[in-house]
Amino acid sequence: MELAEVARHIELGDLYTAYAACLDSDALERWPDFFTEDCHYRIASAENYEAGMPLGLIYATSRDMLHDRVSALREANIYEPQRYRHVISGVSIPNEGSTSDGLDASASFIVVRTMQDGAMTVFAAGRYIDRIVKSDGGWKFASKIVVLDSRRIDTLLAIPL
Amino acid sequence: MTQLLEWPDHSNSRIPYRVFADPEIYRTELDRIFLGATWQYLALVAELPQPGDFKTTFLGETPVIVTRGEDGEVHAMVNRCAHRGNLVCLKERGHTKDGLTCVYHSWRYDLAGNLQSVAFRRGVGGKGGMPDSFQLEEHGLKKLRTDEFAGLVFGTLSPDAPPLAEYLGNQIGSHIGRVFRGKPKILGTTSQILHNNWKLYFENVKDTYHASLLHTFFTTFRVSRLTNPGGVTVADSGAHHFSYTYGGKPIDQAASDAAYAGVQSLRDGVSLRDPRFLDVVDEIGDGITLQILSVFPNFVLQQINNAIAVRLILPKGPDETELQWTYIGFEDDDAAMTERRLQQANLVGPAGYVSMEDGAVGGFVQRAIKGGEAEGEHSIIEMGGFDHASQDTRATEASIRGFWHAYRGMMGL
Repeated sequence: MELAEVARHIELGDLYTAYAACLDSDALERWPDFFTEDCHYRIASAENYEAGMPLGLIYATSRDMLHDRVSALREANIYEPQRYRHVISGVSIPNEGSTSDGLDASASFIVVRTMQDGAMTVFAAGRYIDRIVKSDGGWKFASKIVVLDSRRIDTLLAIPL
Repeated sequence: MTQLLEWPDHSNSRIPYRVFADPEIYRTELDRIFLGATWQYLALVAELPQPGDFKTTFLGETPVIVTRGEDGEVHAMVNRCAHRGNLVCLKERGHTKDGLTCVYHSWRYDLAGNLQSVAFRRGVGGKGGMPDSFQLEEHGLKKLRTDEFAGLVFGTLSPDAPPLAEYLGNQIGSHIGRVFRGKPKILGTTSQILHNNWKLYFENVKDTYHASLLHTFFTTFRVSRLTNPGGVTVADSGAHHFSYTYGGKPIDQAASDAAYAGVQSLRDGVSLRDPRFLDVVDEIGDGITLQILSVFPNFVLQQINNAIAVRLILPKGPDETELQWTYIGFEDDDAAMTERRLQQANLVGPAGYVSMEDGAVGGFVQRAIKGGEAEGEHSIIEMGGFDHASQDTRATEASIRGFWHAYRGMMGL
């Protein structure tokens, strides 16, 4: 492995770690900063994704839409206090997707959700399928498709994945 | 029929909490309602385009297979082998070239559920095998009656259910038809597990009163308010309903804000940075921007602007329900319309701006009624009076009373 490649793996590992920490520490206002201005973000079930169906449980085509999602969660939507714990691993960067302006990456995740009464469940598991680009000196998600292994959501999905 | 409980009085405006929690009432519902004289949604015709296509679903808790037969017709059967009760169809959907074969002992059925062959029927070397009295034609899968309306397939196990069009009635039928004007195309599916009795979700669907109060997104961004013109139409039987809003008609915003003053759902200072997802087109052309329609006991058709979906409410126990969503567009949608539907899908579903609360509020009620159900306590459903006549306002609970009217009739309560 070339030194530059090793460095890139470390940088992307840090990106995913920071992404998880942002969502898990309720710093939702900073969540859109991980994305490019004209990003695509979508949460899809594996069943739909593999069948080529375009639906997203959350579907956004700009960073501003992610900001709107956060302000709705803060100002409008009603849901019980809860927190996530993301565990992200197996970051993979197939070289084929790499171009001078970015690269394709994927990673596995598992999210444990804890409710205010202490009830814990494995809320979601799946894969991130991402397009990552260098922007303003750092890596940003130009596209993030959250592919859920299960099509079932327990109760509701408020905080993004 | 045995009396399961004493109803508080002879009105549909008092609902004893016990009906949402009692295991015996739940089992009776599976029998009298879900296996009774009701039509239940099974599939979109568009899901089964080719002979050999199949999907599985449920009639209440009873597993069901829906197929497109070699004869081109849609068939539905109970997904339970006539031999020893095994699931015949294990996959949720697919295509088969040679009928349906039970994995347990290789009993094979055609796509209409007729038993075609039994492995080792004549035994081996003249020993064993089925008695000569065993007739294949006497042991098919249990067949449902199926009927189609506007591209939707419904099924029932009851010989007593009237024809589907009659069951729906003209008003409900025409408001299903106004949404399905083209050949549907499925954009995606999802489901939610709700920790509440199925009726709490069905009440929520019929409840026009809560929409702009619980779902603060609607009110804050002025997508829909009770001050918009609209109303609720309830079938004479009470069983089905649709509510509608003319969101595009100008309203007196100041007067509307005044009506909502002090209501928690009106928040100031919230605006969308990128409102493109509310780029709405009046595709039907009648000015109805929002229509929620229900068919007793567990089907919902939703048109929220250009976000169209069918929802199926599946009972999974006295206090658990699966809510399945199928989001649709139409074959003749252009790319811009498909994008519009996908954007507006943000409003609904498990993460929907105006629906995520519905996934939780039934569970809140289910938790709150513990203790109260044993004490004989009940809810109050008096908004808009005591009957279930249609009304040209949404500040009413008429369609919920309609549901209970139909429910009590079927349950003998």
